[in-house]
Amino acid sequence: MKPIDYVRARTLDEAVLLLRQGGERARVLAGGTDLIVQVRENRRDVDLFVDIKNIPETNRLEYDPEHGLTLGAAVPCYRIYGNPAVAKAYPGLIDAVAMIGSVQIQGRATVGGNLCNASPAADSIPPMIVYRGVCHIYGPQGSRVVPVEEFCTGPGQTVLGPGELLVWIHFPPPERHAQAHYLRFTPRNEMDIAVAGSAAYVRLNGERIASARVALSAVAPTPLFVPEVGEYLAGKEITDEVIRQAGELAKAAARPITDMRGTAEQRKHLSAVLTRRALRGAIQRAQEA
Amino acid sequence: MAEEKKQFRVIGTRPIRHDGTDKVTGYARYGADIHLSGMLYGKVLRSPHAHAVIKRIDTSKAEALPGVMAVITGRDLPEVADRLEELGEQVTNIRDESHNVLATGKVLYHGHAVAAVAAVSPHVAEEALKLIEVEYEVLEPVLDVLEAMKPDAPLLNPNLRTRGIGEEDGKPSNIAQHFQNKHGDVEKGFAEADYVVEREFRTTMVHQGYIEPQNATAYVRPDGSVTIWCSTQGAFAVRSQVAQLCKIPVSKIKVVPMEIGGGFGGKTVVYLEPLAVLLSKKTGRPVKMWMNRAEVLQATGPTSGSVIRVKMGCKKDGTLTAAQATLIYEAGAFPGSPVGAGAGVIFAPYRLPNVQIDGYDVLVNKPKTGAYRAPGGTNAAFAAESVVDELARLCGMDPLEFRLKNGVKEGDRRADGPRLPRVGYLETVRAAMESDHYKTPLEPSPDPTKRRGRGVASGFWFNGGGPSSVLVKVNEDGTVDLIEGSTDIGGTRASCAMIVAEVLGLPAEDVHPHVVDTDSIGYTSVTGGSSVTHKTGWASYLAAQEVREEVIRRAALLWSVEPAEVEYHDDGTLTCKSDPSKKTTFKEIAAQMNRTGGPIEGKGTINAGGAGPGFGTHIVDVEVDIETGKVDILRYTAVQDVGRAIHPAYVEGQIEGGVAQGAGWALTEEYYYDEKGHLLNSSLLDYRMPTALDLPLIETILVEVPNPNHPLGVRGVGETPIVPPAGAIANAIYDAVGIRLTRLPMKPSYVLEELIKAGLTS
Repeated sequence: MKPIDYVRARTLDEAVLLLRQGGERARVLAGGTDLIVQVRENRRDVDLFVDIKNIPETNRLEYDPEHGLTLGAAVPCYRIYGNPAVAKAYPGLIDAVAMIGSVQIQGRATVGGNLCNASPAADSIPPMIVYRGVCHIYGPQGSRVVPVEEFCTGPGQTVLGPGELLVWIHFPPPERHAQAHYLRFTPRNEMDIAVAGSAAYVRLNGERIASARVALSAVAPTPLFVPEVGEYLAGKEITDEVIRQAGELAKAAARPITDMRGTAEQRKHLSAVLTRRALRGAIQRAQEA
Repeated sequence: MAEEKKQFRVIGTRPIRHDGTDKVTGYARYGADIHLSGMLYGKVLRSPHAHAVIKRIDTSKAEALPGVMAVITGRDLPEVADRLEELGEQVTNIRDESHNVLATGKVLYHGHAVAAVAAVSPHVAEEALKLIEVEYEVLEPVLDVLEAMKPDAPLLNPNLRTRGIGEEDGKPSNIAQHFQNKHGDVEKGFAEADYVVEREFRTTMVHQGYIEPQNATAYVRPDGSVTIWCSTQGAFAVRSQVAQLCKIPVSKIKVVPMEIGGGFGGKTVVYLEPLAVLLSKKTGRPVKMWMNRAEVLQATGPTSGSVIRVKMGCKKDGTLTAAQATLIYEAGAFPGSPVGAGAGVIFAPYRLPNVQIDGYDVLVNKPKTGAYRAPGGTNAAFAAESVVDELARLCGMDPLEFRLKNGVKEGDRRADGPRLPRVGYLETVRAAMESDHYKTPLEPSPDPTKRRGRGVASGFWFNGGGPSSVLVKVNEDGTVDLIEGSTDIGGTRASCAMIVAEVLGLPAEDVHPHVVDTDSIGYTSVTGGSSVTHKTGWASYLAAQEVREEVIRRAALLWSVEPAEVEYHDDGTLTCKSDPSKKTTFKEIAAQMNRTGGPIEGKGTINAGGAGPGFGTHIVDVEVDIETGKVDILRYTAVQDVGRAIHPAYVEGQIEGGVAQGAGWALTEEYYYDEKGHLLNSSLLDYRMPTALDLPLIETILVEVPNPNHPLGVRGVGETPIVPPAGAIANAIYDAVGIRLTRLPMKPSYVLEELIKAGLTS
């Protein structure tokens, strides 16, 4: 390991300038729970860490029922689940942030970092997709927005261009009679990475599903939004057969690989099982909402 | 010999462990805490290939990097001859070990060490590794034992010939050894059987998973004397191995065993110590080395994966008539798998009129295997206990009744030869039948996607002894120091101190145990084979007896009576038989010792035989998620004959730890290789050991059948509990879903595959 520069940026402009100067070997440092491990294990060459934890915009954690949630890229998981109003409004996001790593990791790890690390198995991304999260990006050309489901482009790859950084993610306010649920499958009960995961969001209209969104983790090169499931469910009555069919559509959309964490067949199968269970969990929450 | 019926004052109580304060305050010093002035940092370059010829190594660029002080390769190690070194539960050939610590000619597994660097900082040393150029000619690896046994398989060692039982053809082979244990006539036995079950089982390599990685710091002084600080289960074993590997007389080496963060058998063989010595010799400065987790998993002794075939037969009434097994174990890159021990364990709980066991030790391009808690036992018992469960079901018998009917007792002959001394196997089966767990019916799950089942299995471990040395010295305030050479990985400072306290009539906290370096105590064999409370406990008993005799002599001197007149009571008081007015205490004698003849010390040295074999019987309830294949353990009870529980809390802790490791082996742990022999999961994220959330509270039932060959009835307790879990869990899964699993680990993807095949889910 060679000496590495570290700069604590105080403003977005300073961070952008440092990232431009540093080029490809400059990386944004938020919680560091992925990045520092990657550098220490020689999996990523970095000459400059640009620490964004002291920039006011990246630390925003603001929620109100009219404007929704603004979640800064440097906000660690524990602040999210530690905020009762956020926890009540977005329980599907809490499912994910409360299971990432361990309690110790959650004290440091950020949802913004989870997104920028762009692991196909990232737990927080499917719930952000189903809650219709939008990424606010700042860079040399100013600001732009990208929906969460379009942010990751491949394993470890994102839409961020040279000098750009994720500032915050914005979520619309919760809808009436609507809620989400995220579930993953791991062989161990904690300290593990999803073999597969599924987030489901449903809005109910009495006994029927008015609209739904489903996204999967660890079954494709990126976290996978599956619009087919929502299209199928819209207007359907809640029955076992409908839920089963929704699971089958998720399974059909999954295109996983076999690796040390699980087999392709297992992941396909789990896409159906977890989607069924996530839908049932979301429906129950929506009925209580 | 055992002091039956004796009321103990200290033994059987649960005093605070002597090393507790240092552990909880962080003061305990581990190898990583060593800092010496002028110290350098050593790092190892490892092979990216599983099997390759080293054509050329060029270290010149690394040597030229500022801050690099020395680079060594296999050529820097002296040539050593074949010689077997006893390491408790493992015998290692020093020549193989030399080739393992630094490869010469060929690399034999992914992670095999090829060079080492010493530099002024660990970061410079790491950068230097990248500058070492190694040219490899990559060879086809052989990763599966059955493939490796084929006549046309790629050979790891073209000079290796099978040590067999007469069938050898003299041609080079990957089969290092074939042996057979046999008595009776299995064909006749199977002909007499009403039911015969035959199955093949497969298991993968698993690691000990100690939390503290290997580390070693060495300093070679200008006069050639060497000090080594390291994390080891046996300081004298390190001394002996380094002496032979580096050709240095043992008298020139002092090994200081640091506090140890787990070993489980894996810290008896040396890896870094000889490299640190060579680098220190080259640079004249102390050199500190430690492994990261990937190195630990890639290159330090896991235990063998295996293929095991078991055939057993019984009559309708459940009487076993014959048993046959073939055990094929992965040795890794060099001979020496624990297949012999596996063969001893596999049918150990059962009385068998006819038995035949064949064992094969087979080289594959994976790390050299090392001892791991009851080496070779868990996978062997998994196979046999699954078949026993099936036979019990065929007979319509309760599986514990079946074991009671066929279980061994004193005088029965083990398949590998010896007759059993007094053992407590049947007592463990009866205690399991009487347990609250077994008497409480298992409620079905209210969730239709979950199925519950209960399983049982038994297990055996030989337990060991060996040479050990102890000194007990009396302090003038009436406390004593216990000086021992056994590194403490399982609470043996506490158990040995309690034995001394018992003999001298002192409270446990008045005995201060110290594990010291190889210059400061006599030879002591490794902490392995569940031997320490047996052998070092026995040596402590002898040393304390010597002190007791001397204290009696001093009292006699003070009272001007014959020593036979002095009575030493259990509470540490002394009285005179002929004159009731004369009374004193151990403390008073200690205070006056320099006026009554000088310091009081006792020594105990022994080569302890007579280890008492250990048996255990486990009960487990599981819940299988039939949609995902995940198995959760709901309740676990481990019953074990522990001989005499010196410190019951430590004994329970040993049993809980063994069950936890066995459950990990059963359900999630595995070495995952690609087809080229690269270990893909060399981190604790992907090498999945269970966490606290994966296991229930493990209930323990201690059965005490004292070992008649030990003065205090001690039996080893640490290894037996890892033997039954995989079999018990497999049997519980069968009870839950009716599927007989034959592979370890029984991970969700495997269970799900079988559930789909069985039509239980789609």
